[in-house]
Amino acid sequence: MEWLNTIIQGMLLGGIYALFAIGLSLSFGIMRLVNIAHGDFIVLSAYVSLVVSQGTGLDPFSTLIIVVPAMFVLGYVMQRGLLNATLSGGLLPPLLVTFGISVIIQNGLLQGFGAYTHRLQEGAIETASVRLPGGISIGVYPLLVFAVAILSIGGLQVLFYSTRLGRAFRAVSDDADTAELMGIDNRKLYAVALGIAMIFTAIAGVLFAIRTNFDPAAGPIRLILAFEAVIIGGLGSMWGTLVGGVILGVAQAVGAALNPTWQILAGHIAFLIILIVRPSGLFPRTRD
Amino acid sequence: MTLLQTRDLSAFYGDFQALFDINVSIEEGETVAIIGANGAGKTTFLRAVAGVLEAEPEAIMFDGKPIGGMTPHEIVHLGIALVPEGRRLFQSLSVEENLLLGGHSERPGPWSLKRVYELFPRIEELRRLPAPSLSGGQQQMAAIGRALMSNPRLLLCDELSLGLAPVVIRDIYACLGSITGQGTTVVLVEQDINRALDASARFYCLQEGRLALSAPTKDFDRAALTAAYFGL
Repeated sequence: MEWLNTIIQGMLLGGIYALFAIGLSLSFGIMRLVNIAHGDFIVLSAYVSLVVSQGTGLDPFSTLIIVVPAMFVLGYVMQRGLLNATLSGGLLPPLLVTFGISVIIQNGLLQGFGAYTHRLQEGAIETASVRLPGGISIGVYPLLVFAVAILSIGGLQVLFYSTRLGRAFRAVSDDADTAELMGIDNRKLYAVALGIAMIFTAIAGVLFAIRTNFDPAAGPIRLILAFEAVIIGGLGSMWGTLVGGVILGVAQAVGAALNPTWQILAGHIAFLIILIVRPSGLFPRTRD
Repeated sequence: MTLLQTRDLSAFYGDFQALFDINVSIEEGETVAIIGANGAGKTTFLRAVAGVLEAEPEAIMFDGKPIGGMTPHEIVHLGIALVPEGRRLFQSLSVEENLLLGGHSERPGPWSLKRVYELFPRIEELRRLPAPSLSGGQQQMAAIGRALMSNPRLLLCDELSLGLAPVVIRDIYACLGSITGQGTTVVLVEQDINRALDASARFYCLQEGRLALSAPTKDFDRAALTAAYFGL
Protein backbone atom coordinates (compact mmCIF):
# COMPACT_ATOMS: atom_id res chain seq x y z
CA MET A 1 0.00 0.00 0.00
CA GLU A 2 2.90 2.26 0.83
CA TRP A 3 4.20 1.87 -2.75
CA LEU A 4 0.81 2.30 -4.36
CA ASN A 5 0.50 5.54 -2.46
CA THR A 6 3.94 6.66 -3.67
CA ILE A 7 3.08 5.89 -7.28
CA ILE A 8 -0.25 7.71 -7.12
CA GLN A 9 1.44 10.79 -5.62
CA GLY A 10 4.07 10.59 -8.37
CA MET A 11 1.44 10.38 -11.11
CA LEU A 12 -0.30 13.45 -9.75
CA LEU A 13 3.03 15.26 -9.58
CA GLY A 14 3.37 14.47 -13.29
CA GLY A 15 0.38 16.72 -13.97
CA ILE A 16 2.36 19.88 -13.26
CA TYR A 17 5.29 18.61 -15.35
CA ALA A 18 2.93 18.02 -18.26
CA LEU A 19 1.61 21.56 -17.84
CA PHE A 20 5.20 22.86 -17.88
CA ALA A 21 5.75 20.99 -21.13
CA ILE A 22 2.66 22.02 -23.11
CA GLY A 23 3.91 25.47 -24.14
CA LEU A 24 7.32 24.12 -25.10
CA SER A 25 5.77 21.30 -27.09
CA LEU A 26 3.43 23.68 -28.95
CA SER A 27 6.10 26.15 -30.00
CA PHE A 28 8.42 23.38 -31.12
CA GLY A 29 5.67 21.41 -32.85
CA ILE A 30 4.27 24.31 -34.85
CA MET A 31 7.29 26.46 -35.68
CA ARG A 32 10.33 24.39 -34.66
CA LEU A 33 11.13 26.99 -32.03
CA VAL A 34 13.18 25.67 -29.12
CA ASN A 35 12.28 28.20 -26.47
CA ILE A 36 15.13 28.30 -23.95
CA ALA A 37 13.28 31.03 -22.04
CA HIS A 38 10.23 28.79 -21.51
CA GLY A 39 11.02 28.08 -17.84
CA ASP A 40 11.56 31.77 -17.20
CA PHE A 41 8.17 32.58 -18.72
CA ILE A 42 6.65 30.09 -16.25
CA VAL A 43 8.34 31.96 -13.40
CA LEU A 44 7.46 35.35 -14.92
CA SER A 45 3.79 34.27 -14.94
CA ALA A 46 4.09 33.49 -11.23
CA TYR A 47 5.50 36.96 -10.53
CA VAL A 48 2.77 38.62 -12.61
CA SER A 49 0.21 36.70 -10.55
CA LEU A 50 1.98 37.78 -7.34
CA VAL A 51 1.90 41.45 -8.34
CA VAL A 52 -1.74 41.30 -9.43
CA SER A 53 -2.67 39.45 -6.27
CA GLN A 54 -0.91 42.00 -4.06
CA GLY A 55 -2.32 44.92 -6.02
CA THR A 56 -5.95 43.82 -6.18
CA GLY A 57 -6.33 41.35 -3.31
CA LEU A 58 -7.43 38.65 -5.74
CA ASP A 59 -6.52 35.05 -4.88
CA PRO A 60 -4.00 33.39 -7.25
CA PHE A 61 -6.66 31.41 -9.19
CA SER A 62 -8.59 34.59 -9.89
CA THR A 63 -5.47 36.41 -11.09
CA LEU A 64 -5.49 34.06 -14.09
CA ILE A 65 -8.15 36.36 -15.57
CA ILE A 66 -5.36 38.91 -15.94
CA VAL A 67 -2.23 36.73 -16.19
CA VAL A 68 -3.51 34.57 -19.06
CA PRO A 69 -4.39 37.43 -21.46
CA ALA A 70 -1.23 39.31 -20.47
CA MET A 71 0.97 36.33 -21.32
CA PHE A 72 -0.95 35.72 -24.57
CA VAL A 73 -0.24 39.28 -25.67
CA LEU A 74 3.40 39.00 -24.61
CA GLY A 75 3.80 35.80 -26.64
CA TYR A 76 2.08 37.28 -29.68
CA VAL A 77 4.14 40.46 -29.66
CA MET A 78 7.41 38.66 -28.99
CA GLN A 79 6.89 36.25 -31.90
CA ARG A 80 5.74 38.99 -34.25
CA GLY A 81 8.36 41.52 -33.30
CA LEU A 82 11.39 39.38 -32.56
CA LEU A 83 11.29 35.61 -33.01
CA ASN A 84 9.82 35.53 -36.53
CA ALA A 85 13.02 37.19 -37.70
CA THR A 86 15.08 34.28 -36.35
CA LEU A 87 13.16 31.39 -37.90
CA SER A 88 14.57 31.36 -41.42
CA GLY A 89 18.17 30.76 -40.32
CA GLY A 90 17.96 27.24 -38.88
CA LEU A 91 17.81 26.09 -35.27
CA LEU A 92 20.63 28.17 -33.82
CA PRO A 93 19.34 31.79 -34.07
CA PRO A 94 16.12 31.13 -32.09
CA LEU A 95 18.17 29.22 -29.49
CA LEU A 96 20.49 32.17 -28.99
CA VAL A 97 17.73 34.77 -28.94
CA THR A 98 15.57 32.86 -26.45
CA PHE A 99 18.67 32.24 -24.33
CA GLY A 100 19.14 36.02 -24.28
CA ILE A 101 15.49 36.51 -23.32
CA SER A 102 16.02 34.00 -20.49
CA VAL A 103 18.96 36.04 -19.14
CA ILE A 104 16.96 39.27 -19.42
CA ILE A 105 13.91 37.85 -17.59
CA GLN A 106 15.98 36.34 -14.75
CA ASN A 107 17.97 39.52 -14.19
CA GLY A 108 14.94 41.74 -14.61
CA LEU A 109 13.10 39.76 -11.93
CA LEU A 110 16.17 39.86 -9.69
CA GLN A 111 16.34 43.62 -10.11
CA GLY A 112 12.64 44.12 -9.46
CA PHE A 113 11.94 41.59 -6.71
CA GLY A 114 15.29 40.66 -5.22
CA ALA A 115 16.47 37.09 -4.73
CA TYR A 116 13.84 36.30 -2.05
CA THR A 117 11.68 33.26 -2.49
CA HIS A 118 7.94 33.80 -2.83
CA ARG A 119 4.91 31.59 -2.84
CA LEU A 120 1.33 32.22 -3.92
CA GLN A 121 -1.25 31.55 -1.18
CA GLU A 122 -4.48 29.90 -2.23
CA GLY A 123 -5.71 28.96 1.27
CA ALA A 124 -7.32 25.76 2.49
CA ILE A 125 -7.33 23.92 -0.83
CA GLU A 126 -3.54 23.64 -0.65
CA THR A 127 -3.66 21.19 2.25
CA ALA A 128 -7.07 19.56 1.71
CA SER A 129 -7.06 15.86 0.94
CA VAL A 130 -9.43 13.02 0.26
CA ARG A 131 -8.94 9.69 1.98
CA LEU A 132 -9.39 6.55 -0.09
CA PRO A 133 -9.90 3.05 1.29
CA GLY A 134 -6.63 1.34 2.11
CA GLY A 135 -5.09 4.32 3.85
CA ILE A 136 -4.27 6.19 0.64
CA SER A 137 -4.63 9.93 0.94
CA ILE A 138 -4.77 12.11 -2.13
CA GLY A 139 -4.21 15.85 -2.02
CA VAL A 140 -7.06 17.83 -3.54
CA TYR A 141 -4.66 20.35 -5.01
CA PRO A 142 -2.43 17.87 -6.91
CA LEU A 143 -5.61 16.22 -8.16
CA LEU A 144 -6.86 19.58 -9.39
CA VAL A 145 -3.56 20.29 -11.18
CA PHE A 146 -3.69 16.87 -12.82
CA ALA A 147 -7.27 17.52 -13.97
CA VAL A 148 -6.21 20.89 -15.41
CA ALA A 149 -3.41 19.15 -17.34
CA ILE A 150 -5.86 16.63 -18.81
CA LEU A 151 -8.38 19.33 -19.68
CA SER A 152 -5.65 21.47 -21.26
CA ILE A 153 -4.41 18.68 -23.47
CA GLY A 154 -7.97 17.61 -24.31
CA GLY A 155 -8.78 21.19 -25.23
CA LEU A 156 -5.73 21.41 -27.46
CA GLN A 157 -6.73 18.19 -29.22
CA VAL A 158 -10.11 19.74 -30.00
CA LEU A 159 -8.39 22.90 -31.21
CA PHE A 160 -5.98 20.95 -33.42
CA TYR A 161 -8.40 18.47 -34.93
CA SER A 162 -11.74 20.29 -35.04
CA THR A 163 -11.05 23.92 -35.87
CA ARG A 164 -9.88 25.93 -38.85
CA LEU A 165 -7.06 27.42 -36.78
CA GLY A 166 -5.88 23.97 -35.66
CA ARG A 167 -5.92 22.68 -39.23
CA ALA A 168 -3.73 25.62 -40.22
CA PHE A 169 -1.36 24.86 -37.33
CA ARG A 170 -0.97 21.26 -38.47
CA ALA A 171 -0.46 22.27 -42.09
CA VAL A 172 2.21 24.83 -41.20
CA SER A 173 3.91 22.23 -39.01
CA ASP A 174 3.96 19.81 -41.97
CA ASP A 175 5.16 22.20 -44.66
CA ALA A 176 5.32 25.92 -43.94
CA ASP A 177 6.16 26.97 -47.52
CA THR A 178 3.20 25.16 -49.03
CA ALA A 179 0.91 26.47 -46.28
CA GLU A 180 1.87 29.99 -47.31
CA LEU A 181 0.83 29.09 -50.88
CA MET A 182 -2.64 28.21 -49.51
CA GLY A 183 -3.10 31.76 -48.26
CA ILE A 184 -1.91 31.30 -44.69
CA ASP A 185 0.07 34.18 -43.22
CA ASN A 186 2.68 32.08 -41.43
CA ARG A 187 4.12 34.94 -39.40
CA LYS A 188 0.75 35.88 -37.98
CA LEU A 189 -0.08 32.22 -37.34
CA TYR A 190 3.21 31.74 -35.48
CA ALA A 191 2.42 34.77 -33.32
CA VAL A 192 -0.96 33.26 -32.41
CA ALA A 193 0.78 29.93 -31.70
CA LEU A 194 3.23 31.45 -29.23
CA GLY A 195 0.33 33.38 -27.70
CA ILE A 196 -1.56 30.12 -27.15
CA ALA A 197 1.59 28.43 -25.81
CA MET A 198 1.87 31.32 -23.33
CA ILE A 199 -1.71 30.75 -22.14
CA PHE A 200 -0.65 27.30 -20.92
CA THR A 201 2.63 28.70 -19.62
CA ALA A 202 0.64 31.18 -17.53
CA ILE A 203 -1.62 28.46 -16.12
CA ALA A 204 1.41 26.26 -15.36
CA GLY A 205 3.23 29.17 -13.70
CA VAL A 206 0.40 30.08 -11.35
CA LEU A 207 -0.42 26.47 -10.42
CA PHE A 208 3.26 25.69 -9.80
CA ALA A 209 3.77 28.79 -7.64
CA ILE A 210 0.90 27.84 -5.34
CA ARG A 211 2.64 24.56 -4.59
CA THR A 212 6.33 25.48 -4.67
CA ASN A 213 8.51 28.39 -3.62
CA PHE A 214 9.89 30.36 -6.52
CA ASP A 215 12.62 32.94 -7.04
CA PRO A 216 14.04 34.66 -10.14
CA ALA A 217 16.38 31.74 -10.86
CA ALA A 218 13.69 29.03 -10.71
CA GLY A 219 13.11 28.94 -14.48
CA PRO A 220 15.87 26.73 -15.88
CA ILE A 221 14.87 23.75 -13.70
CA ARG A 222 11.27 24.00 -15.02
CA LEU A 223 12.67 24.18 -18.55
CA ILE A 224 14.62 20.95 -18.04
CA LEU A 225 11.58 19.17 -16.57
CA ALA A 226 9.48 20.39 -19.49
CA PHE A 227 12.08 19.21 -22.01
CA GLU A 228 12.26 15.81 -20.35
CA ALA A 229 8.48 15.38 -20.37
CA VAL A 230 8.27 16.37 -24.05
CA ILE A 231 11.11 14.09 -25.11
CA ILE A 232 9.94 11.09 -23.09
CA GLY A 233 6.48 11.45 -24.61
CA GLY A 234 7.81 11.92 -28.13
CA LEU A 235 7.96 15.22 -30.01
CA GLY A 236 4.62 16.41 -31.32
CA SER A 237 2.41 14.13 -29.23
CA MET A 238 0.38 16.00 -26.61
CA TRP A 239 -0.92 12.94 -24.79
CA GLY A 240 2.64 11.59 -24.95
CA THR A 241 3.72 14.72 -23.11
CA LEU A 242 1.25 13.91 -20.32
CA VAL A 243 2.65 10.36 -20.12
CA GLY A 244 6.16 11.86 -20.09
CA GLY A 245 5.20 14.09 -17.17
CA VAL A 246 3.69 11.17 -15.28
CA ILE A 247 6.77 9.01 -15.83
CA LEU A 248 8.98 11.80 -14.50
CA GLY A 249 6.69 12.31 -11.50
CA VAL A 250 6.54 8.62 -10.63
CA ALA A 251 10.31 8.23 -10.98
CA GLN A 252 10.85 11.20 -8.69
CA ALA A 253 8.33 9.93 -6.12
CA VAL A 254 9.86 6.45 -6.09
CA GLY A 255 13.37 7.93 -5.85
CA ALA A 256 12.31 10.15 -2.97
CA ALA A 257 10.69 7.20 -1.16
CA LEU A 258 13.96 5.29 -1.34
CA ASN A 259 16.06 8.24 -0.24
CA PRO A 260 14.80 11.85 -0.02
CA THR A 261 17.94 13.21 -1.73
CA TRP A 262 17.35 11.03 -4.80
CA GLN A 263 14.12 12.68 -5.94
CA ILE A 264 15.46 14.92 -8.74
CA LEU A 265 18.19 12.48 -9.70
CA ALA A 266 15.69 9.64 -10.14
CA GLY A 267 13.67 11.72 -12.61
CA HIS A 268 16.74 12.50 -14.71
CA ILE A 269 17.82 8.85 -14.68
CA ALA A 270 14.39 7.72 -15.86
CA PHE A 271 14.68 10.29 -18.66
CA LEU A 272 18.14 9.05 -19.68
CA ILE A 273 17.01 5.41 -19.68
CA ILE A 274 14.10 6.21 -21.98
CA LEU A 275 16.35 8.30 -24.20
CA ILE A 276 18.66 5.30 -24.59
CA VAL A 277 15.90 2.73 -25.13
CA ARG A 278 13.58 4.89 -27.26
CA PRO A 279 15.58 7.85 -28.64
CA SER A 280 12.54 9.37 -30.34
CA GLY A 281 10.31 9.02 -27.27
CA LEU A 282 7.36 6.79 -26.56
CA PHE A 283 4.81 8.26 -29.01
CA PRO A 284 6.75 10.19 -31.67
CA ARG A 285 4.71 12.14 -34.22
CA THR A 286 7.11 14.71 -35.62
CA ARG A 287 9.32 13.28 -38.31
CA ASP A 288 12.23 15.71 -38.49
CA MET B 1 -8.31 41.38 -71.25
CA THR B 2 -4.78 40.67 -70.11
CA LEU B 3 -4.84 38.84 -66.77
CA LEU B 4 -1.14 38.23 -66.23
CA GLN B 5 1.70 40.14 -67.74
CA THR B 6 5.38 40.00 -66.90
CA ARG B 7 7.67 42.86 -67.87
CA ASP B 8 11.36 42.00 -68.06
CA LEU B 9 10.90 39.56 -65.18
CA SER B 10 14.18 38.38 -63.69
CA ALA B 11 14.49 35.97 -60.79
CA PHE B 12 17.40 34.84 -58.66
CA TYR B 13 18.32 32.00 -56.31
CA GLY B 14 20.86 33.86 -54.17
CA ASP B 15 23.45 35.12 -56.63
CA PHE B 16 22.38 32.74 -59.35
CA GLN B 17 20.12 34.33 -61.94
CA ALA B 18 17.50 31.82 -63.08
CA LEU B 19 15.27 34.03 -65.25
CA PHE B 20 16.34 36.79 -67.64
CA ASP B 21 13.92 39.52 -68.78
CA ILE B 22 10.88 37.31 -69.37
CA ASN B 23 7.97 39.03 -71.12
CA VAL B 24 4.80 36.96 -71.07
CA SER B 25 1.23 38.06 -71.56
CA ILE B 26 -1.73 35.84 -70.73
CA GLU B 27 -5.34 36.69 -71.48
CA GLU B 28 -8.22 35.95 -69.13
CA GLY B 29 -9.73 32.53 -69.88
CA GLU B 30 -6.74 31.25 -71.87
CA THR B 31 -4.86 28.04 -71.31
CA VAL B 32 -1.18 28.58 -71.93
CA ALA B 33 1.65 26.07 -71.78
CA ILE B 34 5.16 26.83 -70.68
CA ILE B 35 7.57 24.25 -71.93
CA GLY B 36 11.29 23.81 -71.84
CA ALA B 37 14.04 21.39 -70.92
CA ASN B 38 15.13 20.60 -67.38
CA GLY B 39 16.51 23.72 -65.72
CA ALA B 40 15.04 26.10 -68.31
CA GLY B 41 13.31 28.13 -65.59
CA LYS B 42 9.71 26.92 -65.92
CA THR B 43 9.20 26.19 -62.23
CA THR B 44 11.11 29.36 -61.33
CA PHE B 45 8.69 31.36 -63.44
CA LEU B 46 5.67 29.89 -61.60
CA ARG B 47 7.33 30.42 -58.22
CA ALA B 48 8.02 34.06 -59.07
CA VAL B 49 4.40 34.63 -60.10
CA ALA B 50 3.15 32.89 -56.93
CA GLY B 51 5.32 35.18 -54.80
CA VAL B 52 7.77 32.56 -53.53
CA LEU B 53 10.69 34.36 -55.20
CA GLU B 54 11.50 38.05 -54.99
CA ALA B 55 10.60 40.20 -57.98
CA GLU B 56 10.35 43.88 -58.86
CA PRO B 57 6.77 45.12 -58.23
CA GLU B 58 6.15 46.20 -61.82
CA ALA B 59 7.74 43.04 -63.24
CA ILE B 60 4.55 41.04 -62.57
CA MET B 61 1.21 42.64 -63.34
CA PHE B 62 -1.95 40.76 -62.37
CA ASP B 63 -5.25 42.21 -63.50
CA GLY B 64 -3.42 45.48 -64.18
CA LYS B 65 -1.88 45.77 -60.72
CA PRO B 66 1.77 45.21 -59.78
CA ILE B 67 2.16 42.13 -57.57
CA GLY B 68 5.91 41.47 -57.74
CA GLY B 69 7.40 41.18 -54.25
CA MET B 70 4.09 40.43 -52.52
CA THR B 71 4.05 37.45 -50.17
CA PRO B 72 2.56 34.16 -51.42
CA HIS B 73 -0.41 34.41 -49.06
CA GLU B 74 -1.29 37.90 -50.30
CA ILE B 75 -1.15 36.64 -53.88
CA VAL B 76 -3.49 33.73 -53.09
CA HIS B 77 -6.03 36.23 -51.80
CA LEU B 78 -5.79 38.11 -55.12
CA GLY B 79 -6.72 34.92 -57.00
CA ILE B 80 -3.60 33.05 -58.06
CA ALA B 81 -3.19 29.42 -56.96
CA LEU B 82 -0.26 27.10 -57.53
CA VAL B 83 -0.40 23.32 -57.85
CA PRO B 84 3.19 22.70 -56.77
CA GLU B 85 5.56 20.25 -58.39
CA GLY B 86 5.44 16.93 -56.55
CA ARG B 87 1.91 17.69 -55.19
CA ARG B 88 3.12 18.69 -51.71
CA LEU B 89 -0.06 17.58 -49.90
CA PHE B 90 -0.01 18.06 -46.14
CA GLN B 91 1.07 14.67 -44.86
CA SER B 92 -0.60 14.67 -41.47
CA LEU B 93 -3.91 16.01 -42.77
CA SER B 94 -6.69 13.92 -44.26
CA VAL B 95 -7.58 14.39 -47.91
CA GLU B 96 -10.61 16.49 -47.02
CA GLU B 97 -8.60 18.60 -44.59
CA ASN B 98 -6.11 19.27 -47.38
CA LEU B 99 -8.97 20.51 -49.56
CA LEU B 100 -10.41 22.64 -46.75
CA LEU B 101 -7.00 24.14 -46.16
CA GLY B 102 -6.89 25.11 -49.83
CA GLY B 103 -9.98 27.18 -49.08
CA HIS B 104 -8.29 28.96 -46.19
CA SER B 105 -8.35 32.28 -48.04
CA GLU B 106 -12.18 32.05 -48.28
CA ARG B 107 -12.24 33.68 -51.69
CA PRO B 108 -15.77 33.55 -53.09
CA GLY B 109 -16.34 31.72 -56.36
CA PRO B 110 -17.75 28.64 -58.04
CA TRP B 111 -15.52 26.06 -56.34
CA SER B 112 -16.50 24.38 -53.10
CA LEU B 113 -15.86 21.03 -51.46
CA LYS B 114 -18.96 19.72 -53.21
CA ARG B 115 -17.87 20.92 -56.65
CA VAL B 116 -14.37 19.52 -56.24
CA TYR B 117 -15.86 16.14 -55.31
CA GLU B 118 -18.07 16.31 -58.41
CA LEU B 119 -14.96 16.89 -60.50
CA PHE B 120 -13.03 14.08 -58.77
CA PRO B 121 -15.58 11.51 -57.47
CA ARG B 122 -12.76 9.13 -56.49
CA ILE B 123 -11.36 11.75 -54.12
CA GLU B 124 -14.69 11.99 -52.32
CA GLU B 125 -14.57 8.25 -51.61
CA LEU B 126 -11.08 8.66 -50.15
CA ARG B 127 -11.72 11.92 -48.30
CA ARG B 128 -11.21 10.55 -44.79
CA LEU B 129 -7.87 8.89 -45.53
CA PRO B 130 -4.55 10.49 -44.65
CA ALA B 131 -3.11 12.20 -47.72
CA PRO B 132 0.03 10.00 -48.02
CA SER B 133 -2.08 6.85 -48.42
CA LEU B 134 -3.33 8.00 -51.82
CA SER B 135 -1.75 6.90 -55.10
CA GLY B 136 0.27 9.44 -57.09
CA GLY B 137 -2.60 10.20 -59.47
CA GLN B 138 -5.10 10.56 -56.63
CA GLN B 139 -2.69 12.87 -54.83
CA GLN B 140 -2.38 14.99 -57.98
CA MET B 141 -6.18 15.25 -58.17
CA ALA B 142 -6.32 16.25 -54.51
CA ALA B 143 -3.59 18.85 -55.10
CA ILE B 144 -5.54 20.33 -58.01
CA GLY B 145 -8.71 20.30 -55.93
CA ARG B 146 -6.89 22.00 -53.07
CA ALA B 147 -5.73 24.79 -55.39
CA LEU B 148 -9.24 25.19 -56.84
CA MET B 149 -10.67 25.63 -53.33
CA SER B 150 -9.16 29.14 -53.28
CA ASN B 151 -11.30 29.97 -56.35
CA PRO B 152 -8.36 31.22 -58.39
CA ARG B 153 -8.70 33.39 -61.47
CA LEU B 154 -5.30 32.06 -62.50
CA LEU B 155 -4.32 28.44 -61.85
CA LEU B 156 -0.63 27.60 -62.14
CA CYS B 157 0.06 23.89 -62.64
CA ASP B 158 3.61 22.64 -62.22
CA GLU B 159 4.37 19.28 -63.86
CA LEU B 160 0.98 17.63 -63.45
CA SER B 161 2.21 14.54 -65.27
CA LEU B 162 5.37 14.03 -63.23
CA GLY B 163 5.80 10.42 -62.15
CA LEU B 164 2.32 9.34 -63.24
CA ALA B 165 1.18 6.55 -65.58
CA PRO B 166 -0.02 7.67 -69.03
CA VAL B 167 -3.59 6.54 -68.37
CA VAL B 168 -3.68 8.57 -65.15
CA ILE B 169 -2.22 11.62 -66.90
CA ARG B 170 -5.00 11.35 -69.50
CA ASP B 171 -7.65 11.35 -66.75
CA ILE B 172 -6.17 14.40 -65.09
CA TYR B 173 -5.91 16.38 -68.31
CA ALA B 174 -9.48 15.42 -69.14
CA CYS B 175 -10.55 17.33 -66.03
CA LEU B 176 -8.81 20.51 -67.14
CA GLY B 177 -11.74 21.26 -69.46
CA SER B 178 -14.13 21.48 -66.50
CA ILE B 179 -11.74 23.92 -64.83
CA THR B 180 -11.24 26.24 -67.79
CA GLY B 181 -14.99 25.96 -68.44
CA GLN B 182 -15.46 28.03 -65.26
CA GLY B 183 -13.50 30.83 -66.88
CA THR B 184 -10.34 30.02 -64.95
CA THR B 185 -7.13 30.91 -66.72
CA VAL B 186 -4.59 28.07 -66.63
CA VAL B 187 -0.84 28.04 -67.03
CA LEU B 188 0.59 24.57 -67.57
CA VAL B 189 4.24 23.89 -67.00
CA GLU B 190 5.28 20.56 -68.47
CA GLN B 191 8.25 18.61 -69.67
CA ASP B 192 5.81 16.39 -71.56
CA ILE B 193 5.54 18.71 -74.57
CA ASN B 194 2.82 16.93 -76.53
CA ARG B 195 0.56 16.67 -73.52
CA ALA B 196 0.95 20.38 -72.78
CA LEU B 197 0.48 21.49 -76.37
CA ASP B 198 -2.69 19.37 -76.78
CA ALA B 199 -4.27 21.03 -73.76
CA SER B 200 -3.39 24.65 -74.54
CA ALA B 201 -3.95 27.27 -77.21
CA ARG B 202 -0.56 28.99 -77.01
CA PHE B 203 2.82 28.13 -75.63
CA TYR B 204 6.01 29.78 -74.48
CA CYS B 205 9.27 27.91 -74.67
CA LEU B 206 11.99 28.76 -72.17
CA GLN B 207 15.62 27.93 -72.60
CA GLU B 208 18.24 28.53 -69.92
CA GLY B 209 16.17 31.23 -68.24
CA ARG B 210 15.32 33.12 -71.43
CA LEU B 211 12.20 33.19 -73.56
CA ALA B 212 13.16 31.32 -76.73
CA LEU B 213 9.87 30.98 -78.62
CA SER B 214 6.22 31.89 -78.35
CA ALA B 215 3.57 30.57 -80.74
CA PRO B 216 0.01 29.23 -81.04
CA THR B 217 -0.13 25.45 -80.59
CA LYS B 218 -2.16 24.80 -83.75
CA ASP B 219 0.23 26.19 -86.27
CA PHE B 220 3.91 26.40 -85.56
CA ASP B 221 7.23 25.40 -86.97
CA ARG B 222 8.41 22.12 -85.41
CA ALA B 223 11.98 22.87 -86.36
CA ALA B 224 11.79 26.25 -84.59
CA LEU B 225 10.46 24.51 -81.47
CA THR B 226 13.24 21.96 -81.54
CA ALA B 227 15.77 24.77 -81.83
CA ALA B 228 14.14 26.74 -79.02
CA TYR B 229 13.85 23.68 -76.78
CA PHE B 230 17.33 22.31 -77.16
CA GLY B 231 19.11 25.54 -78.06
CA LEU B 232 20.50 24.04 -81.24
